[in-house]
Amino acid sequence: MSARDRRNPAALAQGVAAGDRLALARAMTLAENEQPGAHAMLSALFPRTGQARIIGVTGAPGTGKSTLVTALAKAYRNAGLSVGIAAVDPSSPFTGGALLGDRVRMRALSGDDGVFMRSMATRGSLGGLAKATNEIVMLLDAAGFERIIVETVGVGQAEVEIARTAHTTLVVEAPGLGDEVQAIKAGILEIADILVVNKADRPGADRTIRALELMLELGADEPRYAGHHGIIRYPAGQESPLPGHEWQVDVLKTTAVNGAGVEALCGHIEAHWAWLEESGELAVRGRQRIAYALESIIRAELNQRVAAAMPQTDVDRVIDAIYAHETDPYQAAAKLLSPENAEG
Amino acid sequence: MNQEKIRVLVAKPGLDGHDRGAKVVARTLRDAGFEVIYTGIRQTPGMIAEAALQEDVDVVGLSILSGAHMTLCPKVVELLRAQGQDDVIVLVGGIVPDEDIPRLREAGVHGIFGPGASTREIADFIEQAVAQRDGQ
Repeated sequence: MSARDRRNPAALAQGVAAGDRLALARAMTLAENEQPGAHAMLSALFPRTGQARIIGVTGAPGTGKSTLVTALAKAYRNAGLSVGIAAVDPSSPFTGGALLGDRVRMRALSGDDGVFMRSMATRGSLGGLAKATNEIVMLLDAAGFERIIVETVGVGQAEVEIARTAHTTLVVEAPGLGDEVQAIKAGILEIADILVVNKADRPGADRTIRALELMLELGADEPRYAGHHGIIRYPAGQESPLPGHEWQVDVLKTTAVNGAGVEALCGHIEAHWAWLEESGELAVRGRQRIAYALESIIRAELNQRVAAAMPQTDVDRVIDAIYAHETDPYQAAAKLLSPENAEG
Repeated sequence: MNQEKIRVLVAKPGLDGHDRGAKVVARTLRDAGFEVIYTGIRQTPGMIAEAALQEDVDVVGLSILSGAHMTLCPKVVELLRAQGQDDVIVLVGGIVPDEDIPRLREAGVHGIFGPGASTREIADFIEQAVAQRDGQ
């Protein structure tokens, strides 16, 4: 690909479809930067998507997510499957800069054309993923990668966006990070399709496993899908997963650094896929993902229109007025958004 | 909305494990608002070129203290060009004797920063070089 084609959306879409790795990398940049033509490029590639299985890996910082992603990717490669990886690290809220360090742990994957790994900065997104994660996943899918692993930032308790992106969400824990009460709080643990206790060779691993199993037992009467990812949109004619087909969340042990337990984890991910297919949940989650992606695209477009319609000088003036208590933020917001203001 | 960010790969090719300098530079470039992809130590030119491609970086920064820069740097430039990334800006930081500087430039290295260079200088250089490349 010539340097001239670097930002030509049509050429990039063709390149991605043809398996050109540089075109794929540059298509990702175009999408991530929301540059002109990015939507046209993604539209052109959309018919090629929907083939990959998407695995989300989330958990607190230091639980070994990157190492586990590397071990999973190696296992898939051994099985002859191509692997795309999107790994997210935080952007600085002050400078917008970021230090993306996931490659340090992933050196074992270098030199393999069956792997494509992209580091992403959150760029102001707060849910544990980067703003353009969906687009990067779409591009890896369109390029033909069979398994796509999405690694979130090191999360706290409430970053649950990954469950809207992935088919199967792994929540990674490590020994010594919290007690039983942490395990029964709402949020991150609730989105797990599979719970993984990594660094299982460390002392305290069995206690962590027991705490998580206890948490699962306490919630065993509730169907796991209920309120799972917020608003659920079922396909026509189906109201919920078929009775007797609820997924059983299990706790698995891995030591990613030496590969122990990773084979079993892969098997469990495959079993989850089989469950998604037979229970009808695959369609449910597929529609959810589309609803979410659609909402994001519309929201971004609206943000842009609002920003374009509202000169910064107006906003600054209003902020001054609110600061001086001449008006309040609610009235001011309504006034800024009123049609008269947009026209004037 | 155009959200262009300058992306910089910071890598340590070769066999010396002294990565403090590379980490300091990576941190500074982060604070300058760049997205820095840090790869760590003992990278081969092949690994660096591959990472530069997948990450679609604007800049590759190589930290070399071992004296192997005349072997490693031209190799990285050559691999980047071979894979179509002839527009990537290559920088070297570390210990480079004066007589090697013109030879590195000839080999396609855009900027060379010795022990006296300030981190601000490196960030400014990157901003200017990227703007120049993009014809701004």
